[in-house]
Amino acid sequence: MTALRRFLILLVVFAGLAPGLASAVQPDEILADSKLEARARGISVGLRCLVCQNQSIDDSSAELARDLRLLVRERLKAGDSDAQVRDFLVRRYGNFILLKPPFDSETALLWGTPALLFVAGAIPLLLGLRRRRRSPPPDPLSQAECDRLALVLNADIPSE
Amino acid sequence: MIVETGHYALALALAVTLLQSVLPIWGTRRGDLGLASMAVPSAITQFALVAYAFAALTYAHVVSDFSLVTVVENSHTTKPLVYKIAGVWGNHEGSMLLWVLILAIFGAAVASFGRGMADELRANTLAVQGWIAFAFLLFILLTSDPFARRFPAPFEGQDLNPLLQDPSLAIHPPLLYLGYVGFSIVFSFAAAALISGRVDAAWARYIRPWALIAWSFLTLGIAMGSYWAYYTLGWGGFWFWDPVENASLMPWLAGTALLHSAAVMEKRDALKIWTIFLAILTFSLSLLGTFLVRSGVLTSVHSFASDPSRGLFILVILILFIGGSLVLFVWRAPALRPGGLFAPVSREGALVINNLMLTICCGIVLTGTLYPLVLETLTGDKISVGAPFFNLTFAPLVLPILLLMPIGQSLSWKRGDFLGAAQRVMVAAAAGVALSLVLVAALRGGPVLAPIGVGLAVYLILGSSSELVSRIWAKGQAWRVTLARATGLPRSAWGTAIAHAGLGVTLLGLAATGWGVEQIAAVKPGQTVDLGPYQATIVKLEERQGPNYSEIGVRAIISQDGSTVTTIEPAKRTFPVRQTTITEAGIVTLGFGQVYISLGDQHPDGSIDARMFWKPLVTLIWIGAIVMAIGGIVSLSDRRLRIGFARRAIRGRLSGDPVAPQPAE
Repeated sequence: MTALRRFLILLVVFAGLAPGLASAVQPDEILADSKLEARARGISVGLRCLVCQNQSIDDSSAELARDLRLLVRERLKAGDSDAQVRDFLVRRYGNFILLKPPFDSETALLWGTPALLFVAGAIPLLLGLRRRRRSPPPDPLSQAECDRLALVLNADIPSE
Repeated sequence: MIVETGHYALALALAVTLLQSVLPIWGTRRGDLGLASMAVPSAITQFALVAYAFAALTYAHVVSDFSLVTVVENSHTTKPLVYKIAGVWGNHEGSMLLWVLILAIFGAAVASFGRGMADELRANTLAVQGWIAFAFLLFILLTSDPFARRFPAPFEGQDLNPLLQDPSLAIHPPLLYLGYVGFSIVFSFAAAALISGRVDAAWARYIRPWALIAWSFLTLGIAMGSYWAYYTLGWGGFWFWDPVENASLMPWLAGTALLHSAAVMEKRDALKIWTIFLAILTFSLSLLGTFLVRSGVLTSVHSFASDPSRGLFILVILILFIGGSLVLFVWRAPALRPGGLFAPVSREGALVINNLMLTICCGIVLTGTLYPLVLETLTGDKISVGAPFFNLTFAPLVLPILLLMPIGQSLSWKRGDFLGAAQRVMVAAAAGVALSLVLVAALRGGPVLAPIGVGLAVYLILGSSSELVSRIWAKGQAWRVTLARATGLPRSAWGTAIAHAGLGVTLLGLAATGWGVEQIAAVKPGQTVDLGPYQATIVKLEERQGPNYSEIGVRAIISQDGSTVTTIEPAKRTFPVRQTTITEAGIVTLGFGQVYISLGDQHPDGSIDARMFWKPLVTLIWIGAIVMAIGGIVSLSDRRLRIGFARRAIRGRLSGDPVAPQPAE
């Protein structure tokens, strides 16, 4: 709950401060070490800008996103692993910050959806297949049907 | 005065839809054809009234009648005329009116062109269409009146959201609504079929033109929205898995499945119940999309008009229509007799797999979009479901669809030969694999997925035509025969091949993003930046004044190996009335790729932050969508789908033929 409250406070603070639009990643943020920078970009693509609507901090131009980008880079410079950086941010802001939700009891259903849907779709198909295999072949045509078939087959085909 | 008559016309339209909702059903129940035939004139009257109301609102926007609340809130005298018109639907009230107008257009189209249909089916379909129109007209009049007055009228308006003052945004909503609302016709047909309890291959033939029209427009609408986001939001992305985008993707996925299952139903009389279900599902998802966007449940870049009280009203409409149609489905569907049998390996079998996969994809998008909402409501915990989730769950499902697509196209109906079909796409597959390998070898150390994606795309593009080739071309055959065969082939076969190739073209554009170049720098006049095969040289930085904004603009020269190719002029615009700033990205198309520059903050030393990209083949993403839509239109021109067809068939039967002529397959 504290994470949520902190988020709400941040929301109020930054909603007022966020400027119209600046560029997303700004030149002065970029780390000299290109390997570290690539890791930073990789992490920030997966982090949600908390005051924006469904943007990652990599794409967002809000002040908060910039602060978070700088924070990510600071932690990386301090020697944190990618996972440590993410954990740090989750401790601070909650799972809300992760664009890819973690697998836990709350999101099990979400992550299980593809498999569940697949099973739900495939089972009726397989059952239908088996039923169809087992079902006897259709009855042979009756004499009347044979006559009608002959009529149809021998009828002049309209020139269309 | 014109505004008052528009308002009155809208209220009158509500009354007409009430007649349209009740009389035809009553008539068909009692077998009273006169009463049932009321459906046609009322649908046309409803269209005329709604069209008049819409014209009246447009007039108010054009002349800047600031006594109307919507005009005050979304217009300004200095706004260019095209945006005064686009401003009609650039807000909640007007866009709902556009929604109803398109609904009325489709209803009137069925009324006018559906003469060949069985009277009962047409009457019931129009009645269901009447229910939808009634619900939404009531919604507009009660909660979102576009003709609401304001007294005293101010002298000046508040201007339209600058993000929306854009040519593609002017046509994006109409295209998208033509898609969304177009599926309402298919829904109405499904409900009518359930009401009468009769559904056959002819039914599938009736719905196909409407489904094709709706699908083509939805495809274009989504592509247009994506391109708009790409160049307006200023960071070069084109698909964000934003809830509002998902809201349009879901009906597209379901609608694509519907087109394919309707093909099976039309050709083989199979998958009837499933097709009806998809028809209901597709429009339900369109309604859900309308609800998600209009209610403000989801806050996103697109929710420029959100109001929870309206949300409740749409939610009620949603529950009534989706719930009602599903109840009708569960009650009546068992009465429908399943049709033609087919072996698992057959065109039908492949289309069943296609349907399974597309429906699962649709289910994933639905779950991913609504899960955070539901979780927050139930537990208070907030989570985000963003692009990484969708990319991870979507890709494994799309891959088999793509791999199977050309093979399925080559399978014959009823009982197919998998190896034979695979053989027919062998050339395409070999070309794709070879190209992937060449790319991997040539660009060692580059991205991994991009060459694979390109290979897959080439396989799709070539493979989609392999069926045509095998039907047209034979060794040693004279060219004239080939040409005759090609023109003799049904247009729907051409449409399929074109649409499938379009998907390949889009995939090619997506795959090539892997080779994109991005540069972020604070730039000054005189500075040169490398962008892949091109160099961008900043030559000028200046402040300018537009009609209703001021801007900082940069002029950059794009050159290749020292010779100038073109110039590019990105800008950052400030709209004083709304006090907002937007980036106007500078984009120039070179071949199928684009150089893209968007501006950020200006520094005291005169430099300005810029994000610069080289995006190879990026335009193919949207060109592919246009190709898909063209495929839909070509298929629409198939003679079997012409709406007058059924009439000729009936005449044939009446003229005493013992057997009604069957169209050549």
